[in-house]
Amino acid sequence: MRTPLGKARGLGPARNGTAHWWAQRMTSVALVPLVVWFIVSIAALTGADHATIVAWIANPFTAVLLALMVIAGFYHLKLGGQVIIEDYVHHEGLKIAGLMALNFACAAVGLASIFAILKISFGS
Amino acid sequence: MVANNRPLSPHLQVYRWGLHMALSILHRVTGSALGLGTLVLAWWLMAIAAGPAYYGQFQDFILHPFGRLVLFGLSYALIFHLLNGIRHLYWDMGLGLEVKSVQRSGQGVVALSLVLTIAVWVGGYYAAGRLS
Repeated sequence: MRTPLGKARGLGPARNGTAHWWAQRMTSVALVPLVVWFIVSIAALTGADHATIVAWIANPFTAVLLALMVIAGFYHLKLGGQVIIEDYVHHEGLKIAGLMALNFACAAVGLASIFAILKISFGS
Repeated sequence: MVANNRPLSPHLQVYRWGLHMALSILHRVTGSALGLGTLVLAWWLMAIAAGPAYYGQFQDFILHPFGRLVLFGLSYALIFHLLNGIRHLYWDMGLGLEVKSVQRSGQGVVALSLVLTIAVWVGGYYAAGRLS
């Protein structure tokens, strides 16, 4: 989605052209079917006990779809949160601290989610 | 910021509030809420992985009236953000950008998000009744 002119001009003031905007749209499109599947599945599992939930997540199709949703979701959160921080936090130091906190949190909470899915899938 | 006397473009406060503005900011609010909500998702997954005792703690939280309120709020935020996000993708294709269309799709998102959230909860309680 980058035009040759955009590249030649140094990719605009943000130095990455439309990459951020485009990644936000890609993750949005990926998340639409994943989130619909997730909502329906969770509603159907309301009140299920531990063994039932474990059996559901241990199914490879569930595990892969859940992991895809987590990856796309946290990437989408990192991109969306970044725009919100850039728009509303005007103090340069606070802005950098906020962006770092956002990225660290997305990495940590995302990794915890993926690790849990894998641990449930491979059995404890 | 260095103070200067350059003319500024009018900002939010000079405009009359409308549905389009409310939904625009609600998209960011629900997105931020879902960002915090990922902690509940990660807790849920970690608790399942850690075993029945830890999962019991999570269930105690989510079955408590406060937990149910949090979950209801997150479910509404997710469904609203999903529907309004589809609206944004539709705009990105250059469609539905006339004032009338924006107004109508906005009303549609508000109505559908409420209906679907209630439907999911009715479905959830129905499933819980069937499972137990």
